[in-house]
Amino acid sequence: MSSEYVVKMDNISKEFSGNKVLKNVSLQVKPGEIHALMGENGAGKSTLMNILFGMPAIWNTGGYEGTIEIDGKPVKIDSPQKAMECGIGMVHQEFMLIPGFTATENIKLGREVTTPTVASAILGKSLEELDRRTMAKDARRAMDTIGLGIDENTMVGGLPVGYMQFIEIAREIDKTGMKLLIFDEPTAVLTESEAERLLRTMKVIAGKGIAIIFITHRIDEVIEVADSITILRDGTFIDRLETKDTTAAKIAEMMIGRKVEKLVDNAGGDRKLDKDDIILKLRDYHVDMPGETVRGVDLDVIRGEILGIGGLAGQGKIGIPNGIQGLYETSGTIEFDGERIDPEKLGDALSKHMVFVSEDRKGVGLLLEESIEQNIIFTATQVENKFMKKVGFFTQYDAAAAKKHAEDMIKELDIRCVGPEQLVGSLSGGNQQKVCLARALTLAPKLLVVSEPTRGIDIGAKKLVLELLVKLNRENGMTIIVVSSELNELRSLSDRIAIVSDGKISGILKPEDSDADFGLAMSGVKVGGADNGEA
Amino acid sequence: MEKLKDSLKRVNLPRLIIILFFLFIVLLAYVNDINVNSYIGSTIKYWGMWGILVLAMVPSIKCGIGPNFGISLGIVCGLLGSLLAIEFGITDMFNAIIPGLGPWAAIIFAMISSAFFAWFVGVAYGKILNSVKGSEMTVTTYIGYSFIYLMCIVWFRAPFTNSEIKWPIGASGVRNSLSMDSSFGGVLNDFLGFSLGGEGGVYIPTGLVIFFLLCCLVIFLYFRSKSGMAMTAAGSNPSFARANGIDVDKMRIKGIAISTVLGAIGIVVYTQGFGILQAYTAPLQMGFQCVAAILIGGATTSKAKISHVIIGTFLFQGLLMFTPPVSNKLLAGTDISDTMRQIIQNGVILYALTKAKGGSSNEE
Amino acid sequence: MKNNTEKKISFGSYAKNVLFKNKVIILFTVLCIGCIAASNTSLNYIASEVFSRFGRNACLVLALIIPCLAGLGMNFGIVVGAIAAQIAIFFVVHWGFTGIGGFMLCALFATPMAILFGWLLGILFNKTKGSEMITGLVLGFFADGVYRLFTLYIIGGLIPYDDPNLLDRGFGLRNAFDLSDSIKYALDDISFVTVFRILMLFIIVVQLINIVFGSKKNMTVDKKESMGKIIASAIGLVLSFVLMAVPGISAMIGGTRLILSDTLRIAMIVYLLSLVIRKFALKRDITKDKLVKTAVLTAAVLALSYIPAIRDILKSVSISACTYAVICLFCFFNNWILDTKLGQDMRTVGQNRIVAGSAGINVDKIRITATCISTVLAAWGQLIYLQNLGTFNTVQQQSNVGLYAVAALLVGGASVQKANNRQAIIGVVLFHTLFVVAPLAATQIIGDSAISEYIRMFICYGVIAVSLAMHAWKKKDKKVVKKTAGDEENTDAVKSVIWP
Repeated sequence: MSSEYVVKMDNISKEFSGNKVLKNVSLQVKPGEIHALMGENGAGKSTLMNILFGMPAIWNTGGYEGTIEIDGKPVKIDSPQKAMECGIGMVHQEFMLIPGFTATENIKLGREVTTPTVASAILGKSLEELDRRTMAKDARRAMDTIGLGIDENTMVGGLPVGYMQFIEIAREIDKTGMKLLIFDEPTAVLTESEAERLLRTMKVIAGKGIAIIFITHRIDEVIEVADSITILRDGTFIDRLETKDTTAAKIAEMMIGRKVEKLVDNAGGDRKLDKDDIILKLRDYHVDMPGETVRGVDLDVIRGEILGIGGLAGQGKIGIPNGIQGLYETSGTIEFDGERIDPEKLGDALSKHMVFVSEDRKGVGLLLEESIEQNIIFTATQVENKFMKKVGFFTQYDAAAAKKHAEDMIKELDIRCVGPEQLVGSLSGGNQQKVCLARALTLAPKLLVVSEPTRGIDIGAKKLVLELLVKLNRENGMTIIVVSSELNELRSLSDRIAIVSDGKISGILKPEDSDADFGLAMSGVKVGGADNGEA
Repeated sequence: MEKLKDSLKRVNLPRLIIILFFLFIVLLAYVNDINVNSYIGSTIKYWGMWGILVLAMVPSIKCGIGPNFGISLGIVCGLLGSLLAIEFGITDMFNAIIPGLGPWAAIIFAMISSAFFAWFVGVAYGKILNSVKGSEMTVTTYIGYSFIYLMCIVWFRAPFTNSEIKWPIGASGVRNSLSMDSSFGGVLNDFLGFSLGGEGGVYIPTGLVIFFLLCCLVIFLYFRSKSGMAMTAAGSNPSFARANGIDVDKMRIKGIAISTVLGAIGIVVYTQGFGILQAYTAPLQMGFQCVAAILIGGATTSKAKISHVIIGTFLFQGLLMFTPPVSNKLLAGTDISDTMRQIIQNGVILYALTKAKGGSSNEE
Repeated sequence: MKNNTEKKISFGSYAKNVLFKNKVIILFTVLCIGCIAASNTSLNYIASEVFSRFGRNACLVLALIIPCLAGLGMNFGIVVGAIAAQIAIFFVVHWGFTGIGGFMLCALFATPMAILFGWLLGILFNKTKGSEMITGLVLGFFADGVYRLFTLYIIGGLIPYDDPNLLDRGFGLRNAFDLSDSIKYALDDISFVTVFRILMLFIIVVQLINIVFGSKKNMTVDKKESMGKIIASAIGLVLSFVLMAVPGISAMIGGTRLILSDTLRIAMIVYLLSLVIRKFALKRDITKDKLVKTAVLTAAVLALSYIPAIRDILKSVSISACTYAVICLFCFFNNWILDTKLGQDMRTVGQNRIVAGSAGINVDKIRITATCISTVLAAWGQLIYLQNLGTFNTVQQQSNVGLYAVAALLVGGASVQKANNRQAIIGVVLFHTLFVVAPLAATQIIGDSAISEYIRMFICYGVIAVSLAMHAWKKKDKKVVKKTAGDEENTDAVKSVIWP
């Protein structure tokens, strides 16, 4: 036997512009094995898979270090085509399907069976006629393999999401010489029964000798189907273990466990939080934000605290602030400082001094082609008519006042720039984030909601931004909600941390609670903890 | 080296080419003993006449809709206003009160009434455009075209009774082209008009230029007001605007309505300068010409400034004014200018289209 | 009772669905009928006008289908194809070639030019993805300008073109270009029997190639079938000579034009024959039911053709066999190419560029290919158009080609993303009927025909504007539907049905 493993990745390292995202990671998968790849967001799972699949994103940024062996032979996978030749297939999270085509056409997409004709003999291969009968037969066989009973001539467009996923799988199975199939968070978009069915199908596929790499964050699923597990954390390899030797709590701990560096001394300060003094009250709160749906959240925010909202990507934590801001459809009640907020009315939250700093800095948070000054004062001009003066019938922009304010803000927040005229697009991520905060502060918020404050910012700037938030809280008594996927960050500054899973709050924990508790809460297991925690 | 590349990228290529070409043509004219002064005069005149129509592109680009190829909607409203001013005999009516007041009253009447129509048309138009986000340019073009032909049918049978408007034979309908002499023709052009450098010098249509610049100023000030700033934000980043409590759809409607009103006022000014009112299919290609002018001035399909209007219109009209005499001299009595206008105008638009980012309307 | 009403409702909703799907066609049919009624003109005249216009215009409309399916929308850029055709004509006429030879030379000449233009157009479309239609339109105007520069200033100037009959003031072409001494009716005048013989010969050659090279090139060839086809074609060929010896029939099929009633009969015979051959000789899967149905239908059509009013029209209208054959050829070509790997790639690209790219399809190349095909078809279409018209406006003839073709296709019920031959054919018929009768009706109603031009143009632009707006609007709608489809609950009902 040449090799025990179908795929063996050794000492893989990868850098994105100086930022090491993978450090000496190894991965081995045996034939016919279901192997789970686990880790938090940003642990390096997708980068590792992109390397294995030869994605251009890897090769455009300088390739990787380390070796990959397929069936014991070292290979260099430099394009998805090459990966397919090696027998590696990938079921994408977002469907690569064409709704207007039949199941057959989708399954055989790009790999149609053709027969040569006179014209193709003269004018080239691309004019060969489609052999629809053989294509249908192939598709049928692939769908039968995974037990998908729909007619192969059905239009894909009308099918439920679950079936689309299966058609994707059928497409991969249909490829000849398939040895390894990668499932990238396949159950994220499925209903419970569909997910169950998928897991069963995975076992069927594995039973045919095809190895499966299963990327997920649902620990229960892993325990159910996976034979072995590789856990990554912060781009490093933590462990490879057999499922039968471990428990859910242990996996959770391995995924999360790391030292938390406290930015604040929780006990210290003369802050007094009255836990009955609620500034924001959410009841049965739903948000219809694609990819971040919130499905019924009840949450109280205490005046003067820093509340962290954490959870894995796609679970709905980001939907919470976006809904309040009126950017997506919501239902349920939002009560802010004794008043109801109507998210249908654009800007209602803003006018009541609840200010939101978006996670999508470039898309939603800034006018990239405008100056720092414009970005800082813009919301205030619209919401409060600040920096405007009356000239006859017109209101006119008060450039002098705006400039002064912008300069003050630049100094106060230490925004590194040439001056208030500089275009925001040319600033670094950290400084852009400060501009966003400056705009929020211009509105004198009672409650500041900051979403993913450190996303895309280098480490030094990260700390500055977080310290700024703490300062605002401690010195100005501002209530702050921080939404972040970086649990560590939340644990370093929050009084309480609410963990969102599957659109609901699965637990409110104290920063000091154990890694296992956090891990379990994040994978959707309800845990007790500091529900109305004393901070 | 990198910097050089960067700055090369930033230079607006078509504008540069057109500036050079313009200078070249003017030089040719000068060398060939063509009366440069009179052509500079007509360049200034046409600059003022087209200016407001081109200015109409600014709000539509700024609010995020892109160049308003459907400016013909505004133009048609302006024609309607002008025709009404003639039909009601406003000029004579006011001339009877104070001699000389008539044309002014007529043009003001024409502007106000056409602005009134244009606002409603523009709001309706904006609502349509809000439902076709992503394909605005194509839709505006065809809505503009079909509206013009619809109005052709209307003009043909419109129950005007004034003999200035009617066909010489027949009971109603609008003539193909009618003289503005007896209403408000030239009223702005001649106001304080003077010849720079004495007899044979450059004629400056002061009133026209002042009015054009005034319009520019108003629009400039508008974009420094709260509503104008909101509109700019809605256009450059709709998600940002929404997050700041701005109703983007409303801003787009407002933008296109202002654009339509400017189009209406623009054609009134154009007509008074041209001296002849052309209904029917004459405005068909005016939209393209306006779009081309502002693009030549340095605008893109998503960014525009007042300065682009002023520069672009001048360059484009200047080129069109100087080409006929030069080609006449050089090419033995042919006028190549219309062909050239077609090439330049559409070439510039094509260039801008290839530079426009996005084009994502076909994606899911 | 209850059951009954339910059935009724379902039938009602079915009918509603059919009506809704064909709403554009129905609207324009009603409009056409209304105009015909109002026009007070003989149906014979209208029919012959429409048939000749159909022969002229159909190919140009058929040229739009492939780019539409490749996701390029309505290709207003076919103007450049028309320009290629016209340039080819300038030179071929200048060199003095006439008749069908001249026509073929024009086509030969126009093709590489059209490919070049199409290639450039494709590159441009790739740079403006998502706004191809406005690009195509503006490019049409731009090309118009360049072409005008070429015809008015360069030909006879920079390019020697020494033809005093066609030059104005020493250089630049004259406004109208007369083809009556060169390629006018070159294609139209080919008789039916010639077309038939060419077809038979073509089949024989193709099948011979199949047999000879089939085994070499890995083609799966049914030699028996090929031999059968060859024999059948040979019989047909012999038959054509025999029939030409019969005086009555030779006049019918040997002339330059085919009377419509004869055409109908020939078509019926050919169709029935082919059905019989397919069933019995080739053992294809054709049910008896279908055979009977076809026979009844044929009989019905033949019977209808004896109704005096209809017979009059059928007798008075004549069509050009060859031109109509070419239209069929265009249709076949469209269908054939869509059934190849290339066609499937085009459809994939048209549906979703990202998915196509991830399936290993070179999206940009496919889009360019589609544009090239369209441009070449348009060039040939324009040649057919011009040989029928016999004279053209040197500078402006091509300007409205894109506009009319697109409007016709949309009238046929096509949308910006979906079009097929049937829609093209129906569209051309309806659009040109309207084109013929609208002015007549306007003259009758208003007493003035001048207005009809405006009505025509308004219809053209209006149709395009409305269908573009509807397309954009529908696209937005679709997104909403998609979202609800992703909702979980509503899928459970379906599930039990589909899972085994």
